[in-house]
This record gives sequence, C-alpha cells and structure tokens, in this order.
Amino acid sequence: MIVRVTTTGNIRATRMQHGRAANEGRDNVKCNPKTAPAALIGALGLMVGAMSAGIAEDIKIGVVLGYTGPIESLTPDMAESAEHALQEASDSGILLGGAMLESVRGDSTCIDSAAATAAAERLITSDNVAAIMGADCSGVTTAIANNTAVPNGVVMVSPSATSPALSTIEDNGYFFRTAPSDARQGEVLASILVDRGIMDVAVTYTNNDYGKGLADSFESAFTGMGGAVSAVAPHEDGKADYSAEVAALSASGSGHLAVFGYVDQGGKGIIQTSVDTGAFENFILADGMIGQTLIDSVGSDLDGHAIGTLPGSDSQGAADFVALARENGLTGDCPFCGESYDAAALIVLAMQAAGSADRAAIQGKIMDVANGPGEPIGPGELAKGLQILADGGEVDYVGATNVELTEVGETYGSYKELEIQNGEFVTIQIR
Amino acid sequence: MEDILNAVVLLSNFVVVPALAYGSQLALGALGVTLIYGILRFANFAHGDLMAFGTMFVVMATWWMQGAGLSIDPLPTALLALPFGIAAAVAVSLLTDRAVYRFYRRNKSPAMIFVIVSIGVMFLMNGVVRMVIGPDDRSFGDGARFLIKVKEFREATGLSEGLALKLSQGLTIAVTVAVVVALFRFLQKSRTGKAMRAYSDNEDLALLSGVSPDRVVLFAWAIAGTLATIAGTLYGLDKSFKPFTYFQLLLPIFAAAIVGGIGHPVGAVVGGYIVAFSEVTVTYAYRKFLIYVAPESWRPEGLVQLLSTEYKFAVSFVILVVVLLVRPTGIFRGKVI
Repeated sequence: MIVRVTTTGNIRATRMQHGRAANEGRDNVKCNPKTAPAALIGALGLMVGAMSAGIAEDIKIGVVLGYTGPIESLTPDMAESAEHALQEASDSGILLGGAMLESVRGDSTCIDSAAATAAAERLITSDNVAAIMGADCSGVTTAIANNTAVPNGVVMVSPSATSPALSTIEDNGYFFRTAPSDARQGEVLASILVDRGIMDVAVTYTNNDYGKGLADSFESAFTGMGGAVSAVAPHEDGKADYSAEVAALSASGSGHLAVFGYVDQGGKGIIQTSVDTGAFENFILADGMIGQTLIDSVGSDLDGHAIGTLPGSDSQGAADFVALARENGLTGDCPFCGESYDAAALIVLAMQAAGSADRAAIQGKIMDVANGPGEPIGPGELAKGLQILADGGEVDYVGATNVELTEVGETYGSYKELEIQNGEFVTIQIR
Repeated sequence: MEDILNAVVLLSNFVVVPALAYGSQLALGALGVTLIYGILRFANFAHGDLMAFGTMFVVMATWWMQGAGLSIDPLPTALLALPFGIAAAVAVSLLTDRAVYRFYRRNKSPAMIFVIVSIGVMFLMNGVVRMVIGPDDRSFGDGARFLIKVKEFREATGLSEGLALKLSQGLTIAVTVAVVVALFRFLQKSRTGKAMRAYSDNEDLALLSGVSPDRVVLFAWAIAGTLATIAGTLYGLDKSFKPFTYFQLLLPIFAAAIVGGIGHPVGAVVGGYIVAFSEVTVTYAYRKFLIYVAPESWRPEGLVQLLSTEYKFAVSFVILVVVLLVRPTGIFRGKVI
C-alpha cells in the first residue's frame, strides 16, 4: 500500500553510521557473478564437507526493510512474518541436514538510497548473508539491487516493491519479488472499468514514481481496451488545497475520476474537494487509496460510488497464513506480511533445493521452487516442502499469496476488486 | 439561456467562490505584512509562521473546547477559540520585538539586517510550531459544512451545473469584510491610527509632533498578530492546518502586498484578490465553460488550460517579478522595496 512512497524525505541521520560499517566490511571477499561458477564447485564441495562433518554453522539471511522512515509502522510486522518462515525452517531440522538460519536486519529507510545501499553492503560483505529478503520501497530496492546485491551476486526477494521499472532492471536474474508490478494493477483496474461499462475517465496521480508508473500503465491498458482518458493531471501531496486540481479535472467532462494517490495525503483531499464542489461523484481508487480513513472523513457520499483494487486474494493460502500467524503471536493480516513470509520461504526452499547456502546456487533454484511442477506447499508447510526436496522431489510453493513467478521473477499478482458499500470496503471478486 | 446560466454557475463554483475565499485569506495576511513594512520598514518573513503560531493556539483551544463540550453549532468552535490564538500571537510578536527587533531598531540597522533577522525569527517560530503541534495535518473544523450544497442547488434551480458554498468560505469572506472595515476605520479615525499613519509617512515629523514611537510599534505588532491569526484560522478552517503550507503562503502574501503597493493597506486587500484570481483563472481549464457558451462548431478538443495546476505557485512568482520590474511601487503607489 503505502510502501511505494518514494517521496523525497530527508532522513539522513543513519547514513554516517551505515557508511562506516560498510567501509569496515569492504575488505571482505566479494563474490563476483562472473567468477562465481568456478568458485561454486569449490564452495559446494566445502559445504557438503562441512555438513557431513556435522559442524553446520548458522546461515545468515538479510532482512532489509525500512525500520525507520515513512513506512516504519508496517515493517516490524513484515520482518516478523519473514523471520517466522526462517524460524520454521530452522525448527524443522531438515534444512541442509539440520542447519540453523539467523536473520540479520538492515534498515532500508524506505527513501534514502545511500543509507539503504550502505546497510545492504554491510550485510553482504561483513555479515556474509546468503540472500536478502527485501527491500521494501521501490526506490531503495532499485538502489540496493543495482549497487550491491546484483554486483555481489546476492539474491534479493522483495515483498513490496511494486514499481514497473523493477521488471526491467539489469539484475542478472538475482532480483525477485513476491509483490506484483504496478503495471499489472493498471491492467486490472482497466478491465474492471471496461467490464462495468465505464469508458471515459479523468486520472489524477500523486507526483512520484508510484503514481506516475501506475497512471501510465492504466492509461495504456485502458485506451488499449477502447476506453478514453479525458484528462491526466498529477497532484502534489501535502498541500492544503486541491480546488484548482479538481476544477481542471472536472473540465474534462468525465463522470469518473481515477485517483492514484495516498489515502492519508493528497488523494483524500482530491476526493473531498470533488465531492464538496460536485465535480465528480464516482471514483476509481488504486491500492494506496484503500483505507477506512477515506470513508470516515468523506462520509456516505462514497457509498456505491467508489470502486478500487488492492493486492490480495481470499485464497486458502491467505487464510491459512493468518491462522498460522495468530497461532504464533503475529499479526497476520497486515499489509505485505504474507508477501514477506513468502519471500523468506522462497529463499529457504531454494537453499534446500540447491543443497547449499551458496549465493549463486540459491539464485538457480528460486524459479524451480516457486513454480510447478511439484507438490503445492502452503504457509506453515515448510517442513513438508524441505523434506520433499531433501528426498529429491519437487515442490511448487504457493504460500500465503499464491506465488507464481513470471519469467522476470515477479508474481502475476491477484487483486481484490473492492467497492464502498454502506461505509466500508466490500470485496466484489478476486481478479 | 440555460447554457449561459450553466456557464455562470460553473465559473462561480470553480473560479469565483474559491478565489474569493483564497483572496480574502491572502488579503488579511498581506495587510499584516504591509502594516509592519509601513511602520517598521522591513519585509517580515516571519509572518507566515506567525500565522501558523497563532493558528496553532486556536487549534489547541478548539480541541480543548470540543473536549469540554463547548460549541456554537452550526458555527465552528474555532471562532470561539480565536481570542486565545490572537492573544498568543500578539504576545509572541511583542516578545520577539522586545527581545530581537528593538535592539536593531535602536542601532538604526539597515532594512536588510531586519529582513535577515526576520528570517531567523521565522525559522525559530517554524521549529516551535513543529515541536508543539507537529508537522502533520491537523483538523479542527466542526459545525455545519455547507451554506449551499451542490445537489440542493441543482434541485432548486434545475440547472445541470451546481454551486457549492462552504460555510468556511462564507465565513472567510464575511470576517474579512468586517476586519478590513474595522481596521480602516481605526487607521482613519482613531488617534492611534492617525499617529501610525503619520509615523509611516514621515518618522521624524511624527516624532516632532509628539507621536510616541513605542506605542506605534506596539500597536503595529498587535494588529499584525491579530490579522495573522485570523487569516491563519480562516485558511485552516477552509483548507487544512499544516505548518508547512503556512510557510509556503508567504510567497503569495508578499506578491499580494507588493502588487497592491507595499505599505498601503488598500493595496494589500486589492493585491490579495488579484493574486488569488490570477492563480485560479490561469490554471482553470475552460473546456466545459466554452462548451456552454461557444457555438457547436467551436467545441474545443483539449482542456483549454493555460497553465497546469502544478505551476500555481509560479503564478504569484511571475506577478511578483513583473510588478517589481514594471511598476515597483505597486498599483497604489506604495513604498519601493
């Protein structure tokens, strides 16, 4: 939801600290992807030797999320969900013949690319993590992938970075995500509108990577399906007054306004002003706009007049994950928690499938365990999956969010089609 | 005929009403800036944050009153809380004058020093407001929301366009008229007002005639603090209270004061409306309006928008630059900055 905030904030305080840590760790061995295949065989041999000798050391997994910054309220739950998957694998006693996993947290800050890169660099070179679960926001995720994870040949599995740009980065196959690209959400929104016979809309988006990317993908999908976008206007978050934006949009003459913004920011202001001035009565909301605060502040005028999409599904996996989380004292139905659990689970299963905690070996197996053929593995069934892999079988990880990766390593994603009815968001169907 | 009426209602709803309310808020802010410039002879950059400071106290007093169950429904409770905010803003103005500006006044420092000092005061106040109430949006409006609702207007008139008039907009315009009338009467008729105008016109002559400079300065700050709090509260009620947006208001407020002629109260009011109407009319898209009034064959394809709304702030900047280049004294021949 709010995870794609790429606002230009100014949390710089942690940079010094991280920078120093990264420098200290810099003289550690780096694993260059080009020389990796040669080193791989040796490493494999070493690992097997170590395992058979029964002195398996803890394997470290990086959990890089924005523990400070604009989404700091979401990340603790996300981290705990991911760490629960690691714990489950360690407890099974089957992972690589009884290896234990250790989580090492790094702060992505969500918005400060330099601090995020330094934190990831420290995990990779100094803590020597086998893979990274993270990062969270699109901007810092791109920075970490480009600057340190990909050059060092470390797998990254992001639970929440949704920028379409991440589909096409030069990742040498090391970047994966259990969150769908926003390009997909644009298509889903467009098809919902076409199905409902809405063929003419005005669009406003929050002026950042998230809003622009979503607006672009929506516009191209919608016009491709025969719809017309009468006006596209960005809005800045954090302003007191959106009457000029709404006035300009209303001149388009469209009856529907698509708002790709944030529910606690400009998006709410746009909708409030539209309702107040009678400029628009019907709204189309993207995931950043889904929140009860919208209904609470705008009121009953939205009943039956707003439709939206939110990543998620009502699959068995999602329900199982919430139940699993509750049993273990976690929140469960928090934003991106299922995705976080799945991201960590993919790393664990790939490690088992590779028979090694080697970085490149993990990379080679992620796609195999995420997609079929094989035994479907749901949340809480990691031990079962690890056992099948140990016995030489194949698994198809389904997890909390129906994980199925595209050829560029991101989920297709399923979305809830929502509508506001009687003062709350109601799920109409899953797309 | 109905098309013409629809066009008029459309423009009223999206241009005239919002610009009138916004212009009134700017006018009150610009009056404060112009008054300080007239009496103390410097451009007070801290005025936007003085607005935020006063409004902050209004917000807190409103919360307290709402908690205590005090209300003047359908009017917003904030009106009841206004005196607390005004008292706080006046007190802090007088305090900064005593602690900061008086020192430079006694040293006869050049105007530029005063401007820089006021920027320092601005940052200080900025910090205090953020520390006390935080940088986020705070809502404190209550009472009725609308004087005229779009749907009711449509039903009553049978037109396809609707007109909305929020209570906060009506209140803003009414309060501005009352405050401006009262201020002008004070400046024209009262002894202190006359002394202030005399001091502003010619300091030495005024001092020779027995005008007390301390008294004039005291009144200037008191009026500036009062105007700032009223402007800030009305802006917060109409839009939202967020410290950063008050800091940003400084630009259109200065543009308003300078367009009208800085140091000239009538100019500040006129300037406020000029800036507000320019911002709104330049960024409005006239497509629908033209569809109503223009012949069928002229129907525009595009939005007919002169400037995208992101450039709203640029409008006041352009006005500022053009006025300073072409007519630095402003419309009403104020002082030259």
